[in-house]
Amino acid sequence: MNAIAPLNLTAKDFGTDQDPRWCPGCGDYAILAQVKKVMPALGVTREKTVFVSGIGCSSRFPYYMNTYGFHSIHGRAPAVATGLKAARPDLTVWVATGDGDALSIGGNHLIHAMRRNVDLKILLFNNRIYGLTKGQVSPTSEMGKKTKSTPLGSIDQPLHPIAVALGSEATFVARTVDVHTKHLEEVIKRAAAHRGTALVEIYQNCNIFNDGAFGYATEKGVKDDNILVLEHGKPLVFGKDRDKGLRFRDGQLEVVKLGDGVTEKDLVVHDEKQENGVLAYMLSRLQHPDFPEPMGVFRAVERPVYEDMLHAQIDDAKRRKGLGDIGKLLLDGPTWTVG
Amino acid sequence: MTNEGVGGAVASLKTISDLESATVRFAGDSGDGMQLVGGQFSDASAIFGNDISTFPDYPAEIRAPAGSLAGVSGFQVNFSSLDIHTPGDQVDALVAMNPAALKTNLADLIPGGVLIVNSDAFTPDNLEKAGYAQNPLTDGSLEVYKLHAIPITTMNRRAVDGLGLEKRSADRCKNFFTLGLACWLYGRPLEPTITYIDEKFAKNATLREANVRTLKAGFNYGETTEMFVSSYRVEKAEIQPGTYRKITGNEAVAIGLIAAAKLADKQLFYGSYPITPASDILHELSRHKEYGVITFQAEDEIAAIGASIGAAFGGCLAITGSSGPGVALKTEAIGLAVMTELPLVIVNIQRGGPSTGLPTKTEQADLFQAVFGRNGETPVPVIAAASPADCFDVAIEASRIAMQHMTPIILLSDGYIANGSDPWRLPDVDQLPKIDAPFYENGHGERFLPYERDERLVRRWVPPGTPGLMHRIGGLEKADLTGNVSYDADNHQFMVRTRQAKVDKIADDYPPQPVLGERTGDVLIVSWGGTYGAVATAIERLRAQGKKVSAAHLRYLNPLPHDLGELLRGFRHVLVPELNLGQLRTILRARYLVDAVGLNKVKGKPFMVREIVEKVDELLGLRPSTVEAPIVATRRPTQSVVSEAQG
Repeated sequence: MNAIAPLNLTAKDFGTDQDPRWCPGCGDYAILAQVKKVMPALGVTREKTVFVSGIGCSSRFPYYMNTYGFHSIHGRAPAVATGLKAARPDLTVWVATGDGDALSIGGNHLIHAMRRNVDLKILLFNNRIYGLTKGQVSPTSEMGKKTKSTPLGSIDQPLHPIAVALGSEATFVARTVDVHTKHLEEVIKRAAAHRGTALVEIYQNCNIFNDGAFGYATEKGVKDDNILVLEHGKPLVFGKDRDKGLRFRDGQLEVVKLGDGVTEKDLVVHDEKQENGVLAYMLSRLQHPDFPEPMGVFRAVERPVYEDMLHAQIDDAKRRKGLGDIGKLLLDGPTWTVG
Repeated sequence: MTNEGVGGAVASLKTISDLESATVRFAGDSGDGMQLVGGQFSDASAIFGNDISTFPDYPAEIRAPAGSLAGVSGFQVNFSSLDIHTPGDQVDALVAMNPAALKTNLADLIPGGVLIVNSDAFTPDNLEKAGYAQNPLTDGSLEVYKLHAIPITTMNRRAVDGLGLEKRSADRCKNFFTLGLACWLYGRPLEPTITYIDEKFAKNATLREANVRTLKAGFNYGETTEMFVSSYRVEKAEIQPGTYRKITGNEAVAIGLIAAAKLADKQLFYGSYPITPASDILHELSRHKEYGVITFQAEDEIAAIGASIGAAFGGCLAITGSSGPGVALKTEAIGLAVMTELPLVIVNIQRGGPSTGLPTKTEQADLFQAVFGRNGETPVPVIAAASPADCFDVAIEASRIAMQHMTPIILLSDGYIANGSDPWRLPDVDQLPKIDAPFYENGHGERFLPYERDERLVRRWVPPGTPGLMHRIGGLEKADLTGNVSYDADNHQFMVRTRQAKVDKIADDYPPQPVLGERTGDVLIVSWGGTYGAVATAIERLRAQGKKVSAAHLRYLNPLPHDLGELLRGFRHVLVPELNLGQLRTILRARYLVDAVGLNKVKGKPFMVREIVEKVDELLGLRPSTVEAPIVATRRPTQSVVSEAQG
């Protein structure tokens, strides 16, 4: 990657005159603040930056960024962003989306953007609820969840965004949490630096319709025992006292306590560059309360980028056939002349 | 009559009958290569100097069971020494490669017409598949035609004998025997087809030789056997000088779009999902990457338009193409393009509906969908192509309107003109007008207002990357000027009216509505889309009979031309022929309070000229009026019938 020259701008320069209309206390505020803070350090000018969104609370995001922005329609942000990035590889394109937008109505677009490896930075705000429509189950809501649309409890198995991303051949897959501002910032920077589709799941609290959904991962005293911060090349250690870890046993990951003969050498070492992504997938399946939920970069591999290949084909055709002009185009077929 | 030889062959003793024009249909199994034969015959006719019009008609299934009625594929070509507009109502000569092809096509052959059949294919098995109780070749039922039962399969095998081809490969050459015979019958040159075979089989000398041999064998068969006493001659047409090329509507759309992008100095982006009969546009554009064309085969119809909208935001001439069912899926996104006021061309190659309907058959029943089919007050201009060659001009015009008026626009074509072909006189490239659609780059330092408008009510096009003009757009209602989200009541009413007025103003730039005939009279035919050819031919016939009939064929369907209302008032009757149940007629009646009458057909086929002529005569009181029987509740089959069917 080229060295990045930070812009002579501040987080404030990336704000607009529009007041955010999220509910007081919404996790979206924290995400907006971190994104604005990270922007100057990325070295991309405001005019070369575009935020594209779909529908939902999180999709209001573009209105609050003083960049180019497109608040599109339900679920279609990855499609709009794909067209934009394919046409304009010079732009840095971000997608702000939510669990309903990305995984339900827009599921098809999300998986195809990832498998194509379009150079998009997708921030998936997961609050496990439909907030904008006032509290129905989302595709990430847990089984049995009681909402206005499921008074007797949800009977739909939830999707896990990280697993979906890995199954869709995404080249960069990460998870972070709205209130872990330092970690959020680091993950956003990593995503920005990646070439290809970057999918970042952000646990985001909806304090109105699903308050505390991620309390186990955010509250002091418990969070360190419930999450595991991934670091490439480091053993999978977690816990308030960093005295627990994950090791392989019978083809599965299991939680072990360090000590009594168990050392860090027995633990699985994280490898975000593993080609087949098996470890990343196993990590994506770890769920509270049986396991700590991994945070950080699950997978970061290199693969040719969609728009690079697209324009390489165009450039190659121009080299082989010469630049097309209309006169040549019209004569491209059997012709005859009437005198 | 003359005794001259044809096709460069030795002088013949056979007679040649002169014809003004002729219509030939080739019909066979979908694996028999009839589309190829028809195409080659058309090329030879065009190169010979006739005016031509073609109509391929093929089944939706790639290969329906061999010999079945469902698997019959046909290709009709009309070639003439005159200027023609349609592939012909009825056929003068029918080539039927098997019983099923005979069964499904015979009704269109004129009494006394030439009927060539492959007698080898009239086996008991094939006759049964086609539902013939007895062999029509021998039961006398075809006496009214000039029947030529030829063992084409056998003759072809003999022609390629000695080349070492397996029977299967050898039999696949038989369509060229048929083509050779047809070329003899109508004095078409073989050279264009031989050139084609040389190129197509450049890497397989045996197949090249086999196909040329059987082609010539077919030609010589006509020349030397006693079976044909006469061949026909259709003289060259008086055609405007120039360079010509045969073109289908879909090819013309693709080429027109590339030309439009060049004329506007924009990159072309085409987002599409495969669908019949629009896919050929995607194929055609995909092989022209040297023009900087981006083609994007999306995961679905919605992504196709979504990506196109993204590309339009990015500064491309963006197009999405589909057919009616696909356009239905794009509906919400078209609304987004209306709200964001981005240029976008939505191409709809109409087919029979509703739902998946008749994928390979033509219809023009998506006019309401194009004009009205969205939520909210969502004005979208609509433009329609009249013929295969017209698709080129219409593609450029749609692109111009989209970019100069910052609006999505729907371009309607249909299966008939998309797959049919015309000789197309190539335009002078230097005469094609540039499309002036600059990006706004400003730099005067004043606050940028993304929804500020010019006198035509058009907002500016500012792609991302433009310094200092960062702005946000989206599907929520916009505040006037700033484009910020606004739910203000008065602002909404103002913006709804503004978007409508912006689209209405597009009509200010239209040229005067062309009229075939006088601008007043007894009957005005108002038509649109692929019915042009049949209407234009009908007008020629009716006017030659001294009738006061004129036609206005509409290219612009929304907004309608300013001068249309006055035109309608100048006639006693207004007739609107459409391949739907009266969609344009309904719009005209609502808009102009005119008592327009319809001629409506939904059979998956284009109008015949005769149908239009007869309807006009009916309005003029020269024929009794016809009314279709009303649809009544279907009678349930009686119990005995049901049990028979089950038995």
